[in-house]
Amino acid sequence: MTEHIEKPIDHESPEVHEREHHIVSPKIYVMILLVLLVGTAITVWASYVDLGEWHVAPGLNVFWNPVVALAIACTKATFVVLFFMHVKYGTKLTKLTIGAGVFTFLILVGMTMADYFSRAWGRW
Amino acid sequence: MSDSQVQVIAQPAEAHVHEHPPYQRHHFETYAQQNDATNFAMWLFLLTEIMFFGGLFTAYLIYRNWFYAAFVAGSHQLSIPLGGVNTLLLIVSSFTMAMGVWCAEMRKKGALVLCLSLTLLLGLGFLGIKTIEYGEKIEKHHVPGFHYSLQSFLDPSSDEAAKAAGDKPLPLDMARHTEVYFSLYFAMTGMHALHMIIGVSILAFMIVRAQAGAYTTGHVTYVENFGLYWHFVDIVWIFLFPLLYLISRH
Repeated sequence: MTEHIEKPIDHESPEVHEREHHIVSPKIYVMILLVLLVGTAITVWASYVDLGEWHVAPGLNVFWNPVVALAIACTKATFVVLFFMHVKYGTKLTKLTIGAGVFTFLILVGMTMADYFSRAWGRW
Repeated sequence: MSDSQVQVIAQPAEAHVHEHPPYQRHHFETYAQQNDATNFAMWLFLLTEIMFFGGLFTAYLIYRNWFYAAFVAGSHQLSIPLGGVNTLLLIVSSFTMAMGVWCAEMRKKGALVLCLSLTLLLGLGFLGIKTIEYGEKIEKHHVPGFHYSLQSFLDPSSDEAAKAAGDKPLPLDMARHTEVYFSLYFAMTGMHALHMIIGVSILAFMIVRAQAGAYTTGHVTYVENFGLYWHFVDIVWIFLFPLLYLISRH
């Protein structure tokens, strides 16, 4: 048997840690707050500007306004998840689980949308 | 919160010495392991929440595509200033919550109570503004049901908000589909508000516990996981705000 020296467990010490508990500094939180505020300002401003549309195919147009709004929302959400929710400093298990969950979510939404939008293809 | 009591009894030398903080459960080897496991569970719960809200978002996108004119006219009835202020309140409350987690980690009791209280106040502010918005919808009979009124959509010149947005009168069948818009509006913001109410209630409970020093002993799991919930609710609003208020304005 290998000699195992038991020390009083101090969860602040890295020896007994699989992973050190990462404390995110307030500086980063302030920066993320600023990013979110700027993102909100841009998305409100952009909503009043007509960004036009993209004629993908006859009868199929993509409006840019909702695309831009959703892109900004996704960016903001990513910052919240990575920093406010500490995922950037999280375990690989957490990252993989969230990635798999979001991927499944996008499949569900994507397939549903593809079905609804292609059902009446060419008949609009 | 783990309340497992640890009794240190004289044990044979080779036996595992049972010494760990009182908030660490027996079946975890280290506090870090316990914290990671709890964190993981919280994320699984949040993923089910993403699926739940995702259904509502998908329904919204499909109906918006079908009844586009009705959804545009419906969204013109919402106030961007009120929605914008609510967005700011929620974002700042997410920041104060994140700072609360930091205070718990740094074992600053007073600052933690302050952060949690600010988060609570901002959350209540959000709900207050939401109440004003709902009140206006009730007044104008824009709540789906027997008393739903089509007047703002059939005759936009009679409605301030519709007039300001330059709405043209909708044909009757399209005007009736604005009820679908408001059904989804109330379902989505209502479900979000319910999450806020639950969050605010837990916050009130946490402030009392924080004052008693429960989260500044090195046991940050509860505050951390509540933070995850609160940020999630913020993220839902980050998507609700552009979809319901903004994208039909230009």
